[in-house]
Amino acid sequence: MTRGIKDKVAIIGMGCTQFGEHWDKSTDDLLVDAAYEAFADAGLGPEDIDAYWLGTMQSGYAGIVLSGPLKSQYKPVTRVENMCATGSDAFRNACYAVASGAYDMAMAIGVEKLKDSGYSGLTIAEPPHDGTKLDVTAPAAFSLLAPAYFNKFGVDPKQGKEVLAKIAWKNHKNGSLNPKAQYRTEIPMEKICSSPMVAAPLGILDCSGVADGAAAAIIVRAEDAEKYCKQPTFVKALSVSAGPGHGALHQDFDFTSIPENCAAAKDAYDQAGIKNPRQELSMAEVHDCFTPTELVIYEDLGFSKRGEGWKDVLAGTFELAGELPVNPDGGLKSFGHPIGASGLRMLYEAYLQFQGKAGQRQLKDPKLALTHNLGGYPWQCVCFISIVGSQLG
Amino acid sequence: MAGITGYGARIPYFRLEKKKIGEAWGTYGAGEKAVANHDEDSVSLAVAAAVDCGKETADADCLYLATTTGPYGEKGSASTAAMALGLKKDVRTMDITGSLKGGISGLLSGLEQAESGIKTLVAMSDCRLGAPQGPYEQVLGDGAAAFVLGNDDIIAELEASESANQEVMAYWRSSTDRFLQTGEDRFASTKYVEILMAAMGNFAKQTGATIKDFDKVVLDAPSAKLHKLTARMLKVSPEQLIEGMYDSIGHTGCANVGLMLVSALSNAEPGERILVAAFGEGCHIAAFKVTEKIVSFKPKRPLKEQLANKDNSVRYTDYLKWRGIIETEPPRRPAVPKPSQPALYRGYDQNLGFIGSRCKKCGTPQFPKQRVCVHCQAKDEMEDYSFKNKTARLATYTVDYLAASVAPPTVIGVVDFQGGGRMLAEVTDCRPEQMRIGMELDFCFRRLQVADGISNYFWKAVPKRGGTND
Repeated sequence: MTRGIKDKVAIIGMGCTQFGEHWDKSTDDLLVDAAYEAFADAGLGPEDIDAYWLGTMQSGYAGIVLSGPLKSQYKPVTRVENMCATGSDAFRNACYAVASGAYDMAMAIGVEKLKDSGYSGLTIAEPPHDGTKLDVTAPAAFSLLAPAYFNKFGVDPKQGKEVLAKIAWKNHKNGSLNPKAQYRTEIPMEKICSSPMVAAPLGILDCSGVADGAAAAIIVRAEDAEKYCKQPTFVKALSVSAGPGHGALHQDFDFTSIPENCAAAKDAYDQAGIKNPRQELSMAEVHDCFTPTELVIYEDLGFSKRGEGWKDVLAGTFELAGELPVNPDGGLKSFGHPIGASGLRMLYEAYLQFQGKAGQRQLKDPKLALTHNLGGYPWQCVCFISIVGSQLG
Repeated sequence: MAGITGYGARIPYFRLEKKKIGEAWGTYGAGEKAVANHDEDSVSLAVAAAVDCGKETADADCLYLATTTGPYGEKGSASTAAMALGLKKDVRTMDITGSLKGGISGLLSGLEQAESGIKTLVAMSDCRLGAPQGPYEQVLGDGAAAFVLGNDDIIAELEASESANQEVMAYWRSSTDRFLQTGEDRFASTKYVEILMAAMGNFAKQTGATIKDFDKVVLDAPSAKLHKLTARMLKVSPEQLIEGMYDSIGHTGCANVGLMLVSALSNAEPGERILVAAFGEGCHIAAFKVTEKIVSFKPKRPLKEQLANKDNSVRYTDYLKWRGIIETEPPRRPAVPKPSQPALYRGYDQNLGFIGSRCKKCGTPQFPKQRVCVHCQAKDEMEDYSFKNKTARLATYTVDYLAASVAPPTVIGVVDFQGGGRMLAEVTDCRPEQMRIGMELDFCFRRLQVADGISNYFWKAVPKRGGTND
């Protein structure tokens, strides 16, 4: 059975570069910047870290991607890849290593340098295949959720488009308050609704951006945490679900829910002892790669009743001042999505919020936060969920 | 006794109005020509024409594929077609290339061996190019025809045939030419008529039959003008003459005479006699007698239906782009990688034959083939399951404006098959505004991509436009 490691480890230092088009910075620069920001935050140096977990999808292979720029002196570095959950899974593995007692102090660090590719969207280097793999872009794949959802729950497509736009509007509004975000301006609803079509019904402003960035977290055993940090972030639950591809093969999948989300959420809530996420969570950072993804996530993660997420969007439930703020830092919409870094960037917001350092975005006395990534396609993906808290118990 | 036991045709869905070509060059154009979509080629058209023959092809012993526009100089395509059609493993395949009379050469050879019981499927197709601004750009069209030949259940029996050989440089493409070449028109047309008249004379001498003994006359000619001219010189009456599809389809190369023969058979009555004349470095003449079996044979999609079902909104620039004649702004996406040859090899049964698996424990069909069942997780309890000719419906779809394509946007469908099974598939031959959730779809064999000289084929969905499923 899944036992989890509730309250066994904690984050005591974090760093996060600004996300954006870093034409003047390399992967090495981003890694050094994020790592040293975390060291400075914890009052530590690289000599204090016993082992590293590096998350990157395609900015380099093996642990030497990190040990080279950091000169980490022959310490262990494990490179982790789990698509969009890459950074989060590096964090998960580092947490388990510390919880096991193998190491006293570990760093999880994620990086992605996407803007060197010469292409405007995300591209993935596939292993050799027979060419019949469906050539579908990520926005097109996730756009399948929208009409299916509208149709099943009786949402007029025009109103549905506004619901989606409101999700983007909310995330950009939050991002406008975040100095580390790629995009820091509010975007009017009309502009979002009329943005050029990428994959019907999704316009360009229904999609997250493409950015470079890195983020890092230093992890110790929970009982040691307060030696380093006044307000540590305690790990309550870590969950990953990898899907069998049911939706691509089986007719009973209707594109209104992503089963990997549901499986990971159930596991995470069980580990953390959460019964009513909408009430118990203070905030959530979820994978808003495309607006309909966030809509479906509300329901899959139990924030909204099935078929009612769209009503909650219109009611402002997930806005900064709402009942359950979702993506208070601005989400992928405002940050872009440097794959290996995004999961740690989400944890960084929870970490700041718990420490009262979130500036204009600061929530009142946050206790529990959820972070969520989803990598792949609606019909088959990996999903990661963490629950972290400001207190033990 | 040997003869035709089944026939089929494939006219591409898209048509280019010739006036658009004329307007582009400040000249004149009338009528339309059929243009293969960007994902069609001579191989996919030939397969579609053979599929149109229906169940007749299932037990073919031999497959001939005749085209002058195959994808390779070295490596045959009959083998590709045989696998796509699900023919027997021991089928004898042969590629006939290089000559416009190749289709009828294959037909006559096939009829000879059909006599001794070798059931032969002959598919003929072409997608030739005339150089932009030249006359043949308007004359040439794309299409395919297929015939099943046997000695049982014959619908049109071969009565006699006659061939003539004559070396002549009338129309040609060298191995490096993209576009058709021809010298002075007068020479080509004069020699064409001369060769045909001489062969007809010989045929009459050998058989005693003259033009008036035939109910229908199929005359292959390089152009509408020569079609009319030869008909007049041979004294073929308008009632006898099978109309050339020059202004609706264009001259379809190897398939041209085949499509006209399909047209003749489509309206034939038992007892009628059909004369066929095909040209190309000499000519072939064949005479058929239609039997009473003609009444019960039905191709899956009648020619008439294929002629009527069309989209003629293709822009001239689309056509030029599809054929790679003009260079355009490349998509800002990585180039399509060459498919892995070992991975291709492992997948041929599945990807060319459109064969998935069905779980013997729970009965769930799945594509592509799985080892562990998606429904009940039974391991290695699968049997082969064909997805060909299954009724399919669109569960949902998306229109991808970002995916790299010669003809954006790409329509991606979630397709559910009657009897179970789902596939995420590209939908082709469609406009996004035609898509409706729940609509019925067919699957067709298409060229997925050409990368580093490898033409890779697979199945795509297409909106159902008439026709029948098995």
